[in-house]
Amino acid sequence: MKPHRRKKLGIILFIAAGLSVAVGFTAFALKQNINMFYTPTQVAEGEVGVGLHFRIGGMVKTGTVLGASDSLKVNFVTTDFVSDVPIQYEGILPDLFREGQGIVAEGEMDAAGVFQASRVLAKHDENFMSPEVKAALDASGATADNHMPGGEN
Amino acid sequence: MIPEVGSFSLILALCLSMILATLPIIGAYQNNFLWMSMARPLSAGVFVFLAISIAILAYAFVTDDFSVQFVAQHSNSLLPDRYKFTAVWGGHEGSFLLWTFMLAGWMLAVAIFSKSMPLEFVARVLGVLGFLITGYILFMLATSNPFDRIVPLPPIDGADLNSALQDFGFIIHPPTLYMGYVGFSVVFAFAMAALLSGKMDAAWARWCRPWANIAWAILTLGIALGSWWAYYELGWGGWWAWDPVENPPLITWLFGTALIHSLAATEKRGVFKAWTVLLAILAFAGSLLGTFITRSGLLTSVHAFASDPDRGFFILAILGITVGGALLLFAFRAPLMKSEFGFDLVSREILLLSNNVILVVAAASVFLGTLFPMVYQAITDDLISIGPPYFNAIFIPLMALLALLLSIGPYTRWKRTSTTYLMQQLGKVALAALALGVVLPLLVTGQISLPATMAVAIGSWIILAMLQDLVNKTANKATRLKGLRALSFSYYGMQMAHMGMAVMLIGVALTSSFSLERSVLLSPGQDVGLGNYVFQFEGTAPVNGPNYVGEQATFIVLQQGEEIAILHPERRIYLATNTPSTEMAIDAGFLRDLFITLGEQKEGDSWSMTIYVKPFVRWIWLGAIFMTFGGILAAADKRYRRLRRKQTESNRESEKSNSIGGELPASS
Repeated sequence: MKPHRRKKLGIILFIAAGLSVAVGFTAFALKQNINMFYTPTQVAEGEVGVGLHFRIGGMVKTGTVLGASDSLKVNFVTTDFVSDVPIQYEGILPDLFREGQGIVAEGEMDAAGVFQASRVLAKHDENFMSPEVKAALDASGATADNHMPGGEN
Repeated sequence: MIPEVGSFSLILALCLSMILATLPIIGAYQNNFLWMSMARPLSAGVFVFLAISIAILAYAFVTDDFSVQFVAQHSNSLLPDRYKFTAVWGGHEGSFLLWTFMLAGWMLAVAIFSKSMPLEFVARVLGVLGFLITGYILFMLATSNPFDRIVPLPPIDGADLNSALQDFGFIIHPPTLYMGYVGFSVVFAFAMAALLSGKMDAAWARWCRPWANIAWAILTLGIALGSWWAYYELGWGGWWAWDPVENPPLITWLFGTALIHSLAATEKRGVFKAWTVLLAILAFAGSLLGTFITRSGLLTSVHAFASDPDRGFFILAILGITVGGALLLFAFRAPLMKSEFGFDLVSREILLLSNNVILVVAAASVFLGTLFPMVYQAITDDLISIGPPYFNAIFIPLMALLALLLSIGPYTRWKRTSTTYLMQQLGKVALAALALGVVLPLLVTGQISLPATMAVAIGSWIILAMLQDLVNKTANKATRLKGLRALSFSYYGMQMAHMGMAVMLIGVALTSSFSLERSVLLSPGQDVGLGNYVFQFEGTAPVNGPNYVGEQATFIVLQQGEEIAILHPERRIYLATNTPSTEMAIDAGFLRDLFITLGEQKEGDSWSMTIYVKPFVRWIWLGAIFMTFGGILAAADKRYRRLRRKQTESNRESEKSNSIGGELPASS
């Protein structure tokens, strides 16, 4: 092999080795940090174990938002119009959090069956429903239109 | 009537850009001087008609023409004028028009500032840009015409601009980001022109470099502005969220950064030619990917426009045709691009290569993390999301490695550098940097944290190495000042951008390590302590704006019993949409930010709120400003201008011979 060829090969091997390390590390990091998404019905049916960190999405059930008067704790119920899941969150809710709106919450179920949210997301554009919430409603067979506030509930 | 003129003007721009996409390129093949020379006037024409279009849209906003659907959806008669004007890019249709108009602006700039390049090359570059604009205008006319009317009954008033967008950040962030984004289309067009002609040499790299540098500088600024805006507007005190829509600009930026470095090697040493072209294609693909993700509604994000699937499909088609076509062309032409290959393992080439490998791996992992949820959903039908820990786990070590190598780069020579020379130059710098890394964070914050120590050490490593390099480079001149004057703009540009990286790194690490945050419920008269500060809540008072009503709170911030700031966070309700919105109050400082967001009113007069202390957060954007300035400085280097003058003369010669004899063979 000519010297410059060997050098070229050396560099290519070096890059290949670096890339494989990067790919392995990336795959590992990816596996560690996937948050699965579940609908309220899946949660109610017990598909999710205690202690798993996941996302849940659905509508905020009208009339269920209860804020504590002396702390930042807030309780509400999220629903896909088939099943309901109670959620507890401590902190300030996003601007667009409202009853009858779609939200996505991130956190885990506690032993009492309450979803302890570490983060609550609401959409900035109220005409737009996040894919998660839409999927949850599609899965339950309900449509957002016939359950919107001002409708029968 | 007037909006129809806008639509018509868009159609005219389409016609011109279709001609631009074909005639000059064919002309370049057949060596038809007339056809090639039509590229410049056609570009100007496309620009003018797009300018008319966007001006008419702005006019429709300013005059409250709610019969135009886009205006009705994104404006309101009560909206302040500056937001009426900027609401042009407040939604999908208008912002895409802005995007296209910006591309036309870049194209016009190329048409004007390309006197030094051969006509054949200019014709191809403008032709490729014309092709892109054709695709964009077709997309607008087919799926998202901003001039569509509401017939027969237009609404009396508009639905108002999203309240989160009614802010100064909205006026400057989108245009700057778009400007940087589409700037990489120009570099892409340069790469395509090189592939089409099959000729790629040092001259090509030299033409390309200023454009790549400026696009990169503006993109850097655009991303930083977005980060700054999110920080103070979205109210969670964060400056980067690894949001799926933040990531494509970052991917583009990483490829772009790799590109400007590999271009240097291509220009100076004739190496990495094919690689440089590939990077230009990838950076462009990153910018289109951003458009696709924002406008297709596939991902959940604060940025997503309300959207329909047709648009996503159309953009995917544009992406497939342009990037797919480019890669195909690349596959055919790459073997023709012979790179010289003669450098040792310790040389500037190798350091630039390492820079490229690190940046491309970083870009690839961000890409993977962004698109993985979509792919996963397509395969398993399960919805997942990838959290910030993934990105941090990969990005932080890679950037640390990049920063470590960064200060060695300027010390190395092309082809070969002796390791002993590097050790001798940088040994003391390394020791000093380590010492600073331990001492500085301790002095400023009184705490020890490993990330902060490492970041300050690496940051000082970069800055100290830079200072020593300046000392070395000016040592042989009569006076230091003369020495400093003798150094080129591109040298200063490089050092300034590198210093920006150091400043940003320190800012990121210190903010992440030492930020404090506390959510509390306070009644008027109560106070709360955080870090060295006491926040005293004085109460709220009603406040009314042009299109909102709200409550404004007053806080007095005390440090060691002394008043240092008064803050007024607000809670607003925007009338047209009845949406609530929080306005934070920030006391900004070089060493720390104090930051309050108001939650909601609870029992009696008590309010929920979150209070933050963010040390060194400004350094993140300060670093980006250095980078931007560095990029522009490098592009302004006089060697590009000097060359321009020289080449203009030789070009005139060759154009003359071209037009008369046309004896130059069409390149294949």
